[in-house]
Amino acid sequence: MGQTLFDKIWDAHVVSSNEGFPDILYIDTHFIHEVTSPQAFDGLKARGLPVFRPKQTVATADHNVPTWDQHLPIKEELSRYQVDTLTKNCKEFGIELYGLGHPFQGIVHVIGPELGITRPGGTYVCGDSHTSTHGAFGAIAFGIGTSQVEQVMATQCLLQQRPKRMKIEVNGKLQKGVGAKDIILYIISKTSAAGGTGYAVEYAGDTIRSLSMEGRMTICNMSIEMGARCGLIAPDETTINYVKGREFAPKGEEWDKAVAYWKTLYSDEDADFDAVLSFNAEDIEPMITYGTNPGMGIGVTQHVPETESFEAKEQGSYKKALEYMGLHDDEQLLGKRIDYVFIGSCTNSRIEDLRQVAEFVQGKQKAENVTVWVVPGSKQVQEQAIREGLDKVFEAAGFPLREPGCSACLGMNEDKIPAGKYCVSTSNRNFEGRQGPNSRTFLASPLTAAASAITGRVTDIREFLKEEELVS
Amino acid sequence: MSTKIFKHIQTSVVPLPIENIDTDQIIPARFLKATTREGFGNNLFRDWRFDENDNPKQDFILNNPNYSGKILVAGKNFGCGSSREHAAWAIADYGFDAVVSSFFADIFKGNALNNGLLPVQVSDEFLKKIFDAVFADEHAVIEIDLVDQFIKIVATGEKETFEVNPYKKACMTNGYDDIDYILSKKELIQEFENTAP
Repeated sequence: MGQTLFDKIWDAHVVSSNEGFPDILYIDTHFIHEVTSPQAFDGLKARGLPVFRPKQTVATADHNVPTWDQHLPIKEELSRYQVDTLTKNCKEFGIELYGLGHPFQGIVHVIGPELGITRPGGTYVCGDSHTSTHGAFGAIAFGIGTSQVEQVMATQCLLQQRPKRMKIEVNGKLQKGVGAKDIILYIISKTSAAGGTGYAVEYAGDTIRSLSMEGRMTICNMSIEMGARCGLIAPDETTINYVKGREFAPKGEEWDKAVAYWKTLYSDEDADFDAVLSFNAEDIEPMITYGTNPGMGIGVTQHVPETESFEAKEQGSYKKALEYMGLHDDEQLLGKRIDYVFIGSCTNSRIEDLRQVAEFVQGKQKAENVTVWVVPGSKQVQEQAIREGLDKVFEAAGFPLREPGCSACLGMNEDKIPAGKYCVSTSNRNFEGRQGPNSRTFLASPLTAAASAITGRVTDIREFLKEEELVS
Repeated sequence: MSTKIFKHIQTSVVPLPIENIDTDQIIPARFLKATTREGFGNNLFRDWRFDENDNPKQDFILNNPNYSGKILVAGKNFGCGSSREHAAWAIADYGFDAVVSSFFADIFKGNALNNGLLPVQVSDEFLKKIFDAVFADEHAVIEIDLVDQFIKIVATGEKETFEVNPYKKACMTNGYDDIDYILSKKELIQEFENTAP
């Protein structure tokens, strides 16, 4: 019997496996940020322990940071204190910090890959559920709680039960205007927000293979939104070309050795998965969510489901979600007036996302009723965008390019969507209050978000693209 | 370091029959700025419990004086979303010792177990029985026994067994800690580092 990609990587990282105990899994790199680390550092101090492998620990400040005037001190006292605490702890424990003002600062799941720290075959954890992003490189990467952050700091290892394995295949050609974000929102709408729980999900098929690394990261990023432990995609030439030459990527002989190993990382033909799902790319429309979990998604031309279509025990939760969103049974979202557009987050803030949006908005102007925030995922993405002149394109369209951070994804910093307002957002969660108390989130792709910013309403990007084709 | 010990409880419960309760509801992100583990209970279910002027919302179950107890009973896929351990801290800090649901998100489940808060996964049918019992009588008592791995509706004697990882069970019933266990294998970690390619 062959092995899955997941098992190959897992087995290569098992320090100790004992009957009746979870495996002790070795972690190659531990990413930390300001929100989920302070209590872990305190735990180490209480135990009198050092960070076991500080050189394999990478820190950044992302959740609390403002995305405007980053050169000034953080205004909000508690946010400032939390970021300062990270700085102090990193200094005390000898950890490299890419804090505010550092050229490598940014959202933890954007900087790991862009610096060449995230590589095929590795194991990565972070006190952040979107750590699944790094699996796009053919790696095992997942989010952990703070007690586990302390565990990894103390031992560079994690006690983990091996999850089950699921394969999700997507084959076929995507429609114009449909991208990675639509694929993953579509998959989650089919599996539900709990459908992947207990599984490591490998994405495969020719549609997945045709995606850029940025697209693959968007897919793996949202694995957690179906409850999966992690998501991963076998490395190929696209992966290798992306990693090559990056700041911390292996060089010279080390590089050749690494690539030779990476080429062995795939699921064998006869590998056994506990579950397999298949989807056709042609069936996927531009997607949008209407509810309060990421599984509540529909094609942009479809209508919100009827309460009656759910089982009796689910109807209460469904009604609560629609009421929160200010929507009703069978409503069509297409054409619904919106107030905000947020383009950013660890799901969609990479240079490719910004290029795609800039290309589309070039020469267009945002609708008057909409406030648009474009937030790059990292300092490097921001600089690159400026070098390419994207900031000018955004500026002209009324989409100011802000500074890097988690921003309006989670209502923890200054960027919040006001109560009752609708936001088309490229982030990953539409939970109640996620973008600010009583804010209402429609999750969508960067292109759908950009098109909606232009019209001021939920928009089918395909209509725009059709018109543009006619004109050209 | 030892952690909280859990073996057995018998108590009334707080019912929350909502599905997919995510960790942003349990503890919204704006309350994650504390740098210690204490005090999160005050903001447990903050936006369901209080309005924008911090007045208690009377229709929310935690504000209903008829319901109290050490067990929170919730709809399926409890604890989905963010990995924030603050969610488990908030529930425990508020005074719950166990959460019962028909399905748990797995990061939350792990975080709960690491904090002496027992997640008890029951069947859909048994969950419905608990809700029925507590909505019929708000003082309905539930018994949870970790040693023998069962949950029981005391008045009717209806009972179901539940699964728990044997290692985590040993940790919770004895107050053992993961870090002590891994550190006891430190020579294996160093050996792994020396031999890994």
